[in-house]
Amino acid sequence: MNYEELLEIAKIENEKKAQFVHTIHVCVAAGCISCGSQELLDTFKREIEKRGIENWCNVKGVGCLGLCTAGPLVSVEPDGIIYKAVKASDIHDVMDALGGEPVKRILCPSDMSFFKKQQKIVLENFGKIDPEKIGEYIASEGYQSLYTALREMSPSMVIDQIVKSGLRGRGGGGYPTGLKWTTVMKAYGTQKYVICNADEGDPGAFMDRSVLESDPHRVLEGMAIAGYAVGADKAFIYVRAEYPLAIKRLRKAIAQAEHIGVLGRGIFNTPFNFDIKLRLGAGAFVCGEETALISSIEGNRGMPRPRPPYPAEYGLWGCPTLINNVETFANIPAILRNGSQWYSSFGTEKSKGTKVFALAGRINNTGLIEVAMGTTLREIIFDIGGGVPEGSKFKAIQTGGPSGGCITEEFLDQPVDYESLARLGSIMGSGGMIVMDGTSCMVDVAKFFVEFCMTESCGKCIPCRDGSAQMHYLLEKISRGHGTTNDIHLLEKLCELIKNTSLCGLGMTMPNPVISTMHYFREEYLAHVHDKICPAGACNIKGGRK
Amino acid sequence: MNGRVGTGTKEQEDRRLRMVDRTMRMYGNEPHALIETLHTIQESYGYIDTDLMRFISERLGVPLSKVYGVATFYHFFTLKPQGEHTCVVCTGTACYITGAKSIIDKIEKQYEIRPGETTSDNKLSLLTARCLGACGLAPAVVFDGVVAGKQDPKSVNDTLGRWFEK
Repeated sequence: MNYEELLEIAKIENEKKAQFVHTIHVCVAAGCISCGSQELLDTFKREIEKRGIENWCNVKGVGCLGLCTAGPLVSVEPDGIIYKAVKASDIHDVMDALGGEPVKRILCPSDMSFFKKQQKIVLENFGKIDPEKIGEYIASEGYQSLYTALREMSPSMVIDQIVKSGLRGRGGGGYPTGLKWTTVMKAYGTQKYVICNADEGDPGAFMDRSVLESDPHRVLEGMAIAGYAVGADKAFIYVRAEYPLAIKRLRKAIAQAEHIGVLGRGIFNTPFNFDIKLRLGAGAFVCGEETALISSIEGNRGMPRPRPPYPAEYGLWGCPTLINNVETFANIPAILRNGSQWYSSFGTEKSKGTKVFALAGRINNTGLIEVAMGTTLREIIFDIGGGVPEGSKFKAIQTGGPSGGCITEEFLDQPVDYESLARLGSIMGSGGMIVMDGTSCMVDVAKFFVEFCMTESCGKCIPCRDGSAQMHYLLEKISRGHGTTNDIHLLEKLCELIKNTSLCGLGMTMPNPVISTMHYFREEYLAHVHDKICPAGACNIKGGRK
Repeated sequence: MNGRVGTGTKEQEDRRLRMVDRTMRMYGNEPHALIETLHTIQESYGYIDTDLMRFISERLGVPLSKVYGVATFYHFFTLKPQGEHTCVVCTGTACYITGAKSIIDKIEKQYEIRPGETTSDNKLSLLTARCLGACGLAPAVVFDGVVAGKQDPKSVNDTLGRWFEK
């Protein structure tokens, strides 16, 4: 494979695209597929054949269009028309309306703030390209950044760009990516590894799943660039077994990339070799922690170990290892293509670029969004998310999954970046945002997260293993109306202890949901303890009023 | 290894065993192939049998205690055979907030099983998942491997009822 061949593929693909007056895009990400989009796609194909318009009208499956709640989504390009909740019975009307007035009853206004207020970098190909075709990725400038890196830049030049872009780890920690790459590059060792962390264990987060399902080549390209920069020739993607579609598309993408020679040996006629293998997770939340993940790839129980030494120096099988999240890798091709200056023009002073969030819970527009860092929570919830459903009132937003906290209405004007969220007692996390209304009891929510961490604790260190069980016991007691004031004090002390003495991130952040709910919703805890009532009516208190 | 593994016919048995064998060979029978091999077993047999654990322990040179340890550490693996149909209720945050608990309560009451259990006639297994990533469609339930979104106790009960009619 050389540059001319790459351009040739792009040219053929673009010519093919130009031949069609209309292209119907059907979302085939997991959300829409479970609403029947695969059948819809087949019906569209049949209908086009039946009408004999194959010459000027095409239909294809594309990645996530974002507004998962209104699936299956269909868009007509280049007209920019988006249809929601499309049923097989609507197909006739959609086809009749091609080139004319769109079908009103299923039309999704494209000037909706859900679409308008987003800034797409990682998601730029979403809803546009067929994730199962490498040609379409190449036609949208795919694998060109890899070419530039391999043929025109030295590894340190690549790293320099990443450092200057200000990109920080998107898995939640926010560690500067450029710094991590530098450490691995400088680490001593003949064999180095790159690992992509796709073990998206946070309940309520589905950004990584969507990226892998909708644009898998983007992640592969980012990984290959990383491999070149740090001097690694072998890589693993550790992906959750709960994401069968993402696994299928990744396998296909790797095979295609190897077939045309953008992965494998001597990429773009350079001495650079890069080999990517998949490893399936098996349902352990703790494997999102980097040392636990490494242990799992080695075939062991996913148990973390003390750091240092960090994986950058002593990782997979003792070799220097670079571990980044899916979204981090997905940012890389765009940074090299457009330059670090362009990337750092988005975001705030300390948090550059954009972030993908998954909106879910009691919110109208549930789905996947990408906004520039520094956007306020209010814009995300009420403009893009469309606010809470009618008849209910916003109560709190939970960010960062089981390691994060709840944020109340008065802080919604805070910009979303790593520092502001930490100041509010929550974390950026991987990007799950769950909106809650009056029907959610905060004691119950805290109990839910603690129960999650209790079952997910690997059992290696005592504060996490036993502390979580004790926290759960106390919360259970309070939620049943048997709690005392002393229990609240005990809970507070326990939170501090677990936070300060646990071995890994799971234990250290586990108390966050409890601490933040006790801070912002103390009166709810007190109502359970003193008045024996659950104000939200979610807890089952015997003998108490509801 | 003795002959009694799973409940398939001899032919099925061979095919499934060949799959397991192939996975181990693909990784050069190295100890780090353990989790991948367990995945293959889970996929082709539906659960992980003790005899098979013994078999791969010898082949990969991993102590049986470690095979058992790994198989029980990860939630994805199950050591018990499943019922004829499986119903997996997602209990991720989004699904929990939007009512997954009431769905589980309903099934528990109706069929007298708890999550992880199978009905006495071996017809239905109730399982929970820690987030399927289908949060946009919460609450989500997986009926025999097919994800269904925006469920409520009634719709789930109707679907399960159809399984029992047959």
